[in-house]
Amino acid sequence: MMENQNRLEKLFQKKKDHVLNVYCTAGFPRLDSTIDVMKSLEENGADIIELGMPYSDPLADGPVIQASSMRALRNGMTIKKLFAQLKDFRKSISVPVLLMGYMNPVLQFGFEEFCKDAAAVGIDGLIIPDLPIYEFENEYATIIKKYNLDFIFLVTPETEEKRIRRLDSLSSGFLYAVSSSSTTGKDKDFESVKNYLYRLHDLNLKNPILVGFGIKDKASYEDACQYANGAIIGTAYIKSLENSDDVQVSTQNFLKNILN
Amino acid sequence: METYTTPTDQGYYGEFGGAFIPEMLYPNVEELRRKYLYIMSDPSFRDEFVALLNDYVGRPTPLYLAQRLSSEHGVNIYLKREDLCHTGAHKINNTIGQILLAQRLGKKRIIAETGAGQHGVATATVCALMNMECIVYMGKKDIERQAPNVARMKMLGAKVVPALSGSQTLKDATNEAIRDWINNPVDTHYIIGSVVGPHPYPDMVARFQSVISEEIRWQLKEHTGKEFPHYVIACVGGGSNAAGAFYHFLDETKVKLVAVEAAGHGIKTGMSAATTQLGKPGVLHGSKSLVMQTEDGQVVEPHSISAGLDYPGIGPLHANLFKSGRAQFLSATDSEALAAAFDLAKLEGIIPALETAHALAALNQMRFTPGETVVICLSGRGDKDLAAYMKAMDEKV
Repeated sequence: MMENQNRLEKLFQKKKDHVLNVYCTAGFPRLDSTIDVMKSLEENGADIIELGMPYSDPLADGPVIQASSMRALRNGMTIKKLFAQLKDFRKSISVPVLLMGYMNPVLQFGFEEFCKDAAAVGIDGLIIPDLPIYEFENEYATIIKKYNLDFIFLVTPETEEKRIRRLDSLSSGFLYAVSSSSTTGKDKDFESVKNYLYRLHDLNLKNPILVGFGIKDKASYEDACQYANGAIIGTAYIKSLENSDDVQVSTQNFLKNILN
Repeated sequence: METYTTPTDQGYYGEFGGAFIPEMLYPNVEELRRKYLYIMSDPSFRDEFVALLNDYVGRPTPLYLAQRLSSEHGVNIYLKREDLCHTGAHKINNTIGQILLAQRLGKKRIIAETGAGQHGVATATVCALMNMECIVYMGKKDIERQAPNVARMKMLGAKVVPALSGSQTLKDATNEAIRDWINNPVDTHYIIGSVVGPHPYPDMVARFQSVISEEIRWQLKEHTGKEFPHYVIACVGGGSNAAGAFYHFLDETKVKLVAVEAAGHGIKTGMSAATTQLGKPGVLHGSKSLVMQTEDGQVVEPHSISAGLDYPGIGPLHANLFKSGRAQFLSATDSEALAAAFDLAKLEGIIPALETAHALAALNQMRFTPGETVVICLSGRGDKDLAAYMKAMDEKV
């Protein structure tokens, strides 16, 4: 079994701001493009890769990411195939990689099997938005810990302070601040969430904070980075891959526009 | 004593239930969880709920001894006439309850999902009654095949939004409604139409529908001198009419409970909606239950001639009744259901909904001791299914 390298922890030790996490859907745009997409993300400046496992009923995702999931499923993507694709990815990719997905496919795979295989190929952590606190603590936290995986919870502007602290204490790696109560891909007036990010900052949480949902260009990325340790981009990047013939060129262009 | 009616504080019926929701939904669902029992037990709420059920919905609905059907099967069959409720089915018991709850929570905007359109119509109806904005999510395919109910909803002032994602049917309409709720967390209440969804929905909807079995008990006592039948039979998709018909008998284990699922073309044909036969434990629409899915955990599209039973999951209360053996689960195919609908029409002068026809079809699969008492929940009327019935008549001729 591959040892957890605590890549997230090390990353945030040396980089306190402008940490860029980019989401991509496994098996999208083509079944076999997963590794190419990940490589080009690392080469072009992504600090963290959030790899989405496609699901038929993704409740927290907007139309763009849903469509990418449907396409990946039509391409034939499964968790089994994903782990086969990821078998040797640590030979070429060194940034932290998180698996993001929903409970049902993970339960079907077998929660412990899933954690075991994820750790074995070199995955660093998990984001499972429909795994809530009660079930996490009751049943799954010990398994996740056993395989030394980070687990990242979400907080929203409506989350009360006491609950934020609890979610922070249960998370490791970072805390995922949803910029508003919304599915992915919704445009947000950033002014309206500034106070929320100030508030999060002032809580002195143990985890770094990355802002997700609604980051689509350089301006919104810079806004987010001003008030948090970094940002997560998903929908805008997936959109740029929708009609792409060459994921490397598309990724390079997309990240150039964000980072330069 | 073990109870089958009431889940734990966290919403578990045995191993099934819970609230598997993203954090964005937490404040809404938590508000409901903290307040629903308190609001529902408030005397002013009870009074208003009961008054509307009586004067607006037309409750109590009759418990009717179906004599010709009874003599066919050699038992005493009572039909609980939910088909006589306003809007034509039991669905309105729940929407009346939830709209009163939404008012007390200060919500201004109502969203709902619908498959065949019965729950959509029942929701649009109570929104008109209470002058509240109503948005109903309905799969694009269902909108095309259920035109009369779409027209009803529009006439009642509701906005019908096509669900374009996934397979464009009930499960996707439910996803879209949940996404709407995520994006409108403050002013909106989501009226779920069945005993599915995250806790507290399954318990809340079961309580609103429990009026069905509450009435059956006293009505049966009036008819027969005994409040407990030998059998209660109901059809199950998500399971709201069955939850209501079973509720006050769940912990009376001498009453045998029979849940009838839609076998579609047949359990093993790949065109079925019999979740307990084909499903595996999983998470769908916010709760852990039995779910029809692929080996890889992708939710599959079920099939039934009855849109109301065409759902790849089942309420966690029912999953627990199945797992524990408290209820017997049978299934009826599309053609068995059609035949049972025609039988009831000819024997009793009642045209049932296709959903209900599945419960009636189960009579032919069961062995009774002569003289036993059987209650069947006649959950809805068949007006909405006339196209399917006309097609069946054409094919026979």
